[in-house]
Amino acid sequence: MIPLGHYLVVSAVLFSIGTAGVFLRRNLITILLSIEIMLNAVNLSFVAFGRAQGNVDGQIITFFVMTVAAAEAAVGLAIVIGLFRHRESLNPDAFTLLKW
Amino acid sequence: MPETILFYLFAGMAIVASALVIGQRNPMYSIMLLITSFGALSALYILLDAPFVAMAQIIVYAGAIMVLFLFVVMLLNAPQEDAAEWDRTHPLRRPGTARFGAMLAGLLIVQLIWALVRVNESSTAVGAAGDVAAISSVRSVGRVLFTDYMFAFEATSILILVAMVGAVLLAARETGQQ
Repeated sequence: MIPLGHYLVVSAVLFSIGTAGVFLRRNLITILLSIEIMLNAVNLSFVAFGRAQGNVDGQIITFFVMTVAAAEAAVGLAIVIGLFRHRESLNPDAFTLLKW
Repeated sequence: MPETILFYLFAGMAIVASALVIGQRNPMYSIMLLITSFGALSALYILLDAPFVAMAQIIVYAGAIMVLFLFVVMLLNAPQEDAAEWDRTHPLRRPGTARFGAMLAGLLIVQLIWALVRVNESSTAVGAAGDVAAISSVRSVGRVLFTDYMFAFEATSILILVAMVGAVLLAARETGQQ
């Protein structure tokens, strides 16, 4: 059987990759994808902890995280479309003004 | 030990695919690699006796959310990262600050590993506790979801409604604008 720690290490590595993506990339869509990676890393640790405790609560929290991820993707992509219409760019550095 | 081999195979696949997502310049390739990563993660969920989460991962993430991303990328004409000019002029790209950021990222990894080492149960086998049949059945997941977590579940429906209205409002063209 696989120890719980192995799943947690995979989760931590995925979360670090997502964080690095948010900081390093200069493309709004890739930044949103990195946020999805981070949410998935958290989901994995929730399910692993739930399995180790022997109950289904971890799976249920994952269900709620997925719902929030869907809402976040819908609103985030709508904002990206709106920003792209104004500036013809997906570079977050192009959006430094609060008003235009 | 087929289970151990499968774990390392799919864990490696998830990590490599996620790392490649960050490395791609074309967002289209990033999305395809992220779908690969989600497939590997759903295999890990099956190893964790959570088939409901595994199927939801495929249907909701790979099927719905990633298709939404794909549509937006195609709608926006898949612009490549216009990095060259910004990279040279942007203050965050100066070597000093970049080194500081890399140091912070390394610190995050060290901190996470330190925290994981201190978890007492981290060396116990993950599948030791509980009844496998009860944990992996969708029936028991549904029962807990619709009794203990009823309020959160209903609040979720409001959240989805608000997100839908917000997305339509944000993406709609203003009247009078072409």
